[in-house]
Amino acid sequence: MPGGEVPLHLDLSGSAVGLEGVEGRSPWYLAYLRLRRNKVALAFGGLFIAIVLFCLAGPLWATHVAGTDPNTNHITDTIEIGGEETDVVAPNGTPLGPGLHAKYLLGADQNGRDVMVRLMYGGRTSIYIGVVAALVTTFFAVLVALLAGFYRGWTDSALSRFMDVIWAFPVLLLGIALGTALAVGGLKLGPIVIAGDSLWIPILIIGFVYVPYMARPLRGEILALREKEFIEAATAQGKGSWRIMFTELMPNITSTIIVFFTLNIANNMLLESALSFLGAGVQPPNASWGTMIADGYQTIYTAPHLTIVPGLMIVLTVLSLNVFGDGLRDALDPRAKIRLES
Amino acid sequence: MGRFIAKRLVGMVGVLFAISVIVFLIFNVIPNSDPAARIAGKNADAELIARVNDDLGLNDPLPVQYVTLMKEIFTGQLTSYSSDLNVDEQIREGIPATMSLCIGAAIIWMAFAIVFGYLSAVRAGGKLDTMLTVLALIGISLPVFWLAAILLYYLSFRVQLFPTGGYVPLTEDPAQWAYHLLLPWITLAVLFIGFYSRLLRSSMLDVMNEDYVRTARAKGLSERQVRTRHVLRNSLIPIVTLFGLDFGAVVGGGAILTETVFNINGVGLYAGEAIGSLDLPPLMAVTMFGAFFIVLFNTIVDILYAYLDPRIRLGSSAV
Repeated sequence: MPGGEVPLHLDLSGSAVGLEGVEGRSPWYLAYLRLRRNKVALAFGGLFIAIVLFCLAGPLWATHVAGTDPNTNHITDTIEIGGEETDVVAPNGTPLGPGLHAKYLLGADQNGRDVMVRLMYGGRTSIYIGVVAALVTTFFAVLVALLAGFYRGWTDSALSRFMDVIWAFPVLLLGIALGTALAVGGLKLGPIVIAGDSLWIPILIIGFVYVPYMARPLRGEILALREKEFIEAATAQGKGSWRIMFTELMPNITSTIIVFFTLNIANNMLLESALSFLGAGVQPPNASWGTMIADGYQTIYTAPHLTIVPGLMIVLTVLSLNVFGDGLRDALDPRAKIRLES
Repeated sequence: MGRFIAKRLVGMVGVLFAISVIVFLIFNVIPNSDPAARIAGKNADAELIARVNDDLGLNDPLPVQYVTLMKEIFTGQLTSYSSDLNVDEQIREGIPATMSLCIGAAIIWMAFAIVFGYLSAVRAGGKLDTMLTVLALIGISLPVFWLAAILLYYLSFRVQLFPTGGYVPLTEDPAQWAYHLLLPWITLAVLFIGFYSRLLRSSMLDVMNEDYVRTARAKGLSERQVRTRHVLRNSLIPIVTLFGLDFGAVVGGGAILTETVFNINGVGLYAGEAIGSLDLPPLMAVTMFGAFFIVLFNTIVDILYAYLDPRIRLGSSAV
């Protein structure tokens, strides 16, 4: 270039650096560096991991500390608190409240079950449903987005119209309709048969109802990517449609998928708790935080801890996922305006 | 404009038809058990199951079954077999309470969302912004029914500031009506306040960089005038679009949880009670009406928008 020295290497902020240049950094590494700087997001990510570990430790607490499993009733039992024999469930039906005793640390419920143990086991169900349903949603949403965005034409029209129809249902109402319809006899779709009290019923329902919310924005991204030169190059190389979809297009939306996945777990957990509270979600004998609130709400005036404690766990878990997901979005795609509508 | 409306209406009819087919499939085809036994309710005897079979023609081929069910719903013939009450009548009775709840909540959520979002955007990065962001994140992380239960317990039972649920019709006693609905309004609004205030904040931050905002400043408007007349008004466009969709969704079924916990005898409570007794006909009808209401509302919003903003109808006729 004539006249003056033009720096050959530019760093991200645009200022010139020496001729030795900078080391090549992958976008993932840059995202990691940005995430590492966001202490709030990291703290909440840590909180989520702590909650997961807490729930995983359920069996340990149950056998070594509480000495009871989550579903055994102890209505007529007594425990010793401060040298005094105390009823687990008082004669008038009021259960023991929370206190500093190894057994019944968070009190008992109406059936004399240990709330701490149930909280840990219920959390396993809630988080399990949230995560697996998010996997279901992500799988179908990515598939729909790739097919609709890549083939366009009538494939896109058909898939998009179908998504529009699902979109027209309020999420909660669609979940309730499916939940109540399937709760009695279970699901039978061709070779797939699922019992009515299986956890797979709420997982599939929750996974299904959120597909359009994730598929729509992803489809938009695919439509834009599809016009780029590298797709043309791949086609020229003779790559097949499926190879282009999965080796060229999908890697380019991975960061969006990760963010959606994280935020989707939070939404799934809220929907699960709502469905379970209404009786259209997790069915007995399984317990989740939602069903614990549904049970506890019956006696909120005499034993409020049965409602407050599982609800607080839901709030903490969902909040941690929302904050962490937000941080993840900022780190992975600082300029994008992607958001999961709900 | 006429062509646009016609196109939207045809599309709407198509979606409504698809919705009714899906509702039919959900309740009558997909589940792995005898539909007559499920629709008859929990404690049905053989005679009642036979009556259900007869009423809904459940031995007919599927397309005929579909037509029979739609006829029952739209002519107001559908009955709940557990309670022997007409479903359409029950839904109609619930509408005033549901509308009272939803309209009140919508006013609260828009008012607070605009104030919070505006303050957040104007003070972006500052302490107030951080505080409002934290509040918004907590708001969108609260399970609605749990918030309702906690508010009832502390404010109605412990402090006895509010009534413990129930609904008083507006025509009977307006003061009691508002007094009974205040907590439910707040409960229903919290989630949306969190969501909308964050949306408005990012929308306003985008608009602030637009050229016409710079022009407004350059021609000597005060900062306050720039913010309210130019930034806020233009930032409200996406919010108002979303409001149309969300309000439809809340009326169409989003208020079930709030109505159930606060014992407001609207459409949502009716549906909520039907879930408890696994009474399917009310759920079929509520799902159908809820989805219909949303589609209708969306179409109205679309047409209004096309009327207000010519770019939309020109854009869509070009496609």
